[in-house]
Amino acid sequence: MLLYDAGRESYTKGWNQSIHRLDKGAAGAAERRRFAVARPVLTALLVIVGIPAVQVGYVVLAEHLLRFVPEKHQGKLRPWLWLAPALFFLGVFLVYPAASTFYLSVLGPDSREFVGVQNYRFAFTEREMLIAFRNNVFWLVVFTGITVSLGLAMAVLTDRVRYEPVARAVMFLPMAISFVAAGVIWKFVYEFRPLGLPQIGSLNALLLSVVPSFQPVAWLVNSSVNNAALILVAVWVWVGFCLVILSAALKGIPVEVLEAARVDGATEWRIFWRIILPMLAPTITVVATTMVIYALKAFDIVYVMTNGNFDTEVIANRMYKEMFNFRDFGRASAMAVILFLATIPVMAANIRRFRQQELTR
Amino acid sequence: MNPPALAAERTVRNGPRRLSAAWRHLPVHVIVIGLCVLWLVPVMGLLVSSFRPPRLVASTGWWAALAPPFRFTLENYREVLGAYGMGRSFLNSLFIAIPATIIPIAVAAYAAYALAWMRFWGREVLFAMVVGSLVIPLQMTLVPVLRLFNQFGLSGTFPAVWMAHTGYGLPFAIYLLRNFIGALPRDLLESAHMDGASHLTVFFRLILPLSVPAIASLAIFQFLWVWNDLLVALIFVGGTPSVAPMTVAIGNLVNSLGQNWQLLTAAAFISMLLPVVIFVSLQRYLVRGILAGAIKG
Repeated sequence: MLLYDAGRESYTKGWNQSIHRLDKGAAGAAERRRFAVARPVLTALLVIVGIPAVQVGYVVLAEHLLRFVPEKHQGKLRPWLWLAPALFFLGVFLVYPAASTFYLSVLGPDSREFVGVQNYRFAFTEREMLIAFRNNVFWLVVFTGITVSLGLAMAVLTDRVRYEPVARAVMFLPMAISFVAAGVIWKFVYEFRPLGLPQIGSLNALLLSVVPSFQPVAWLVNSSVNNAALILVAVWVWVGFCLVILSAALKGIPVEVLEAARVDGATEWRIFWRIILPMLAPTITVVATTMVIYALKAFDIVYVMTNGNFDTEVIANRMYKEMFNFRDFGRASAMAVILFLATIPVMAANIRRFRQQELTR
Repeated sequence: MNPPALAAERTVRNGPRRLSAAWRHLPVHVIVIGLCVLWLVPVMGLLVSSFRPPRLVASTGWWAALAPPFRFTLENYREVLGAYGMGRSFLNSLFIAIPATIIPIAVAAYAAYALAWMRFWGREVLFAMVVGSLVIPLQMTLVPVLRLFNQFGLSGTFPAVWMAHTGYGLPFAIYLLRNFIGALPRDLLESAHMDGASHLTVFFRLILPLSVPAIASLAIFQFLWVWNDLLVALIFVGGTPSVAPMTVAIGNLVNSLGQNWQLLTAAAFISMLLPVVIFVSLQRYLVRGILAGAIKG
């Protein structure tokens, strides 16, 4: 564990040094000012004027060049010119790297020698990796279970109050916040001080004021609760997403169906289980699979809040460490492949279902 | 069991019964409002703490600031924006997020137009491949892309992140736009072509204006995604503070400042400001984008 932190510390130190370098002396101040003004203005110009110009310019130029092509070939050539930028980006950033990662995963740390399945054997046997697998499964079950069921419950409940839009916006708001900021927010909520000192973290203070005999807990360090604490943050972020989608689907259920059931004497509870739930089932599946994929790829929250220490490691975070702290590209690639293989069935099912929905709409 | 239908009928007839219905709704209100409060309290803690003097943040809970004497300060913001370079990273975030939103949308719109309204061999297969590339998790692509960037000396520059985000955002963008553009009325496009309009005219005068709703949802979605992204930024520009966005800068502050909550909370709040404003003012479009794109990985 020391090893991990050493790698990260040196990185952080480099960052701090460069800040200090900028702070030094009067000459430094002048340089800093130039740096701070000239570069952003140029970049801004490039961003605001240059990029759209290039993009519009591309199709205009392509269409002009097409005029020099014999008429009968124009129709054949045109689609590919319009598609070319997309194909370039998809090829360079998705197709080629994905294929290449498979290849790198059977090579050594610096991708020179062939090592067979050694990286995979490492990934499935090393202690920290086993903890990461366990945690990802824990995320998968608990995170998915809570977000979907809470989202569903809130969709049904907010449907009955007049201030629904406000309530929905409030729960949806964390989606607009980065996981990094959410990490800061919740690290502060979980802040721990030993008993006797004033608690400044909301959670310990709250529990202490309700139960005076409560022993403050170091939520992110204590390995019996820290995974749950991290998952709670992710739940806080994602419930709004489930809520928004499920409540849109709920609005799609014809009012007559529900009214008919009520007239026939069904209780609200029965209506929920016998009508609402089955009718929402396809949407629930889409939402649940999205949550499953997020749980498998969980990274940001863990990286910011514990960096995988104290038994909170997850595969994606470990992969990042292998890449940047240990510089072992073989192992990092093997872990990426494992992630890919784990998500592919879920993703494929999700896309198929989604396409069906599109077709029937 | 009392048939609820009868009960309902009675409720309508007898005024006072309506009150009891309101009472029965009380648990619903309590749960909904309770959860909303729970959802807001952590953000409140952040906001309040970011305006408190360091000594007080370290010694009392943030809720203590809500009672007199009120002692608030802007010093924390001055410090993170100046000495800790948060102002610089805010600009960096803008420089990253704006092009990383514009580029993929334009590229996707061209591709979507071709896929929806041009006939050519391999069109269906190509679209299936685009949809299929949605399954590739971006973790899978990081190592090779980083090597590629290193070869071309691109890592640690803005274009590196722009291009990476374009690549990662494209499958979803093409998918969404192709479905939207494909659903535009055929007669409209055909009559435009009949009148002798070129593909350029049709695209810029007809397709783009008609696709504004889809493009708006997509733009907001992609902007928030890029603005809030940590992983891509960390890997492609993480080691270069002069181009690193807010997420990376705050991630570093969390490590180096540890317990200086007044600074961390101020930095986090600055990073939330823009997405929250966009969220609140354009929520409608965002929801539409999310409904259409529940499958972005």
